[in-house]
Amino acid sequence: MTELFGYPVPVILGQLMLGLVNGSFYAMLSLGLAVIFGLLGVVNFAHGALYMLGAYAAFVGLDLLGINYWFALLLSPLAVGALGIVLERLLLRHLYKLDPLYGLLLTFGLAQIAEGVMSNHYGSSGQSYPVPGALRGAFNLGFMILPIYRAWVIVASLVVCFTTWFVIERTRLGSTLRAATENPKLVQAFGINVPIIVMATYGAGVGLAAFAGVLSAPLIQITPLMGSSLVIVVFAVVVIGGMGSIFGSIVSGLVLGMVEGLTKVVYPEASNVVVFLIMALVLIWRPAGLFGRT
Amino acid sequence: MRASTIGYALCILLALAAPALGIYPVFAMQLMCYAMFACAFNLLLGFSGMLSFGHAAYFGFASYITSWLIMAHRWNTVESIVTGTVAAGLLGLVIGAIAIRRQGIYFAMITLALGQLMYFVCLQAPFTGGENGIQGVPRGSLLGLVSLRPDLHMYYFVLVIFVAVFLFIRRIVHSPFGYVLKAIRENEPRAISLGYHVDRYKLLAFVLSATIAGLAGSLKAMTLGLSTLSDVNASTSGEVILMTLLGGTGTFFGPVLGAGIVTALQQYLSGAVGDWVTAIIGAIFVACVMLFRRGIIGEVLAWQQRRQAVRTAPQEPVNQA
Repeated sequence: MTELFGYPVPVILGQLMLGLVNGSFYAMLSLGLAVIFGLLGVVNFAHGALYMLGAYAAFVGLDLLGINYWFALLLSPLAVGALGIVLERLLLRHLYKLDPLYGLLLTFGLAQIAEGVMSNHYGSSGQSYPVPGALRGAFNLGFMILPIYRAWVIVASLVVCFTTWFVIERTRLGSTLRAATENPKLVQAFGINVPIIVMATYGAGVGLAAFAGVLSAPLIQITPLMGSSLVIVVFAVVVIGGMGSIFGSIVSGLVLGMVEGLTKVVYPEASNVVVFLIMALVLIWRPAGLFGRT
Repeated sequence: MRASTIGYALCILLALAAPALGIYPVFAMQLMCYAMFACAFNLLLGFSGMLSFGHAAYFGFASYITSWLIMAHRWNTVESIVTGTVAAGLLGLVIGAIAIRRQGIYFAMITLALGQLMYFVCLQAPFTGGENGIQGVPRGSLLGLVSLRPDLHMYYFVLVIFVAVFLFIRRIVHSPFGYVLKAIRENEPRAISLGYHVDRYKLLAFVLSATIAGLAGSLKAMTLGLSTLSDVNASTSGEVILMTLLGGTGTFFGPVLGAGIVTALQQYLSGAVGDWVTAIIGAIFVACVMLFRRGIIGEVLAWQQRRQAVRTAPQEPVNQA
């Protein structure tokens, strides 16, 4: 068996692959956070809870209405996005002029409400969601058996992330969006309805979290607290990548997922904390984040 | 000013008489520990403008260190509490030095992430007892003179420390150091241009806050005789924010009131509505942010000020409004 630094290569490659799957989720969630922060100036603490609601929406849809995975992948983000729009209209909108810390505190409270309500309804034990028929089975990559579903998660998240990046950085809609980030008053003066753009952005960012939630449903147990520790890791990813950078959040999400995978090979005890340690090092070396502009 | 002095005197009298009035001493001690924790947090958010989202790290870490020293090394109570408190201060020095490199929202996210790091450290470290925590920690005695085992003795021990810490925080805030902190909170670039080493002031405030939070954690471990993962997790960090916000950020008594309300709610609601507590706490959070950002004490003070302004300027033509 071939080895690299004393570790068998198949094990390393296998963990890198699993890390890439986790990294796909980090990328999707941190991307949504970055987009929302860019335009609203709000750090959306509820992102993890909305990811959780996305997964539950898929579960409930299948359980009660028989909506299959592919429709859930479309409908759940729409439903959660609509919820996000309601929250933005009713609550968040009133905080834009205040210290951004209030947005963080509000969304923290909202996350607690969502998690509390779901724990009451479903208890803390997990629900499982079946892998859709078309994605069952596995590829044999030689060094590992890769379940087709995990490969699909990587592909789907890459497509979604780079589509989002393309829309924001390379289209007319995206340039309007970026202009509204830079100078909302001026953009408004050009006759563009900025409040609607802000609302839609929040809905889209939140929908992205729900999309990630549906993707994760067949991989893990769906529990009310599945998003609460994930969102903290994603915050660290965003700090590492640099908050304002769309591209930075995608790349650092994917890379940090793989680093976490590698840590599982080398020193498993540290795999939970490696992202936080890297964040501390990045802050000492480059306080603005790797891709951040100061 | 006089009204507040009378208020404080009444509070102290009430606290001294609480056991005689039939208030369960263990509950009162728990309340004081959380109140001290919230005051420490408020020193940072209210008086220095830094929102730490990972304050449970110091509270819980000190709690573990104190319990561990007593259980594994048979240290005496005072030594263990002091060591736990100092350990929390040192942890605050390390985390603070990293976190103050960014401001505002980033500061909050960084402290949150580093707090979560400490959670995993406490989960996996060999001395913390993992999921079980450290249980059955004896209270021992005060330097071999007074046994702390009776709840009443422990109650007055905690009360004395609590009052001392409360006065200490007032002293810090009203000191020249406190005024510099206030200046940094209001306008950091200006404080820098006036020649203050802003980072040193912020770091010192952070370390002080972490140390007091640690003292609160150590005392809580002694009061209940246990240290668990719930002392270090993110929801405890959230609770201390809520206590401060609800009572009144940047007021002296607000965090104490907030801690009282939240602790009482948790105690009584968990019997009445069970699992709904998390959702209710979340709803209070939302209500605080949307409706009364100054907190209860802050709103009362603002209302008083408005009334005073009306009284001192009666000759102003009213119809202008």
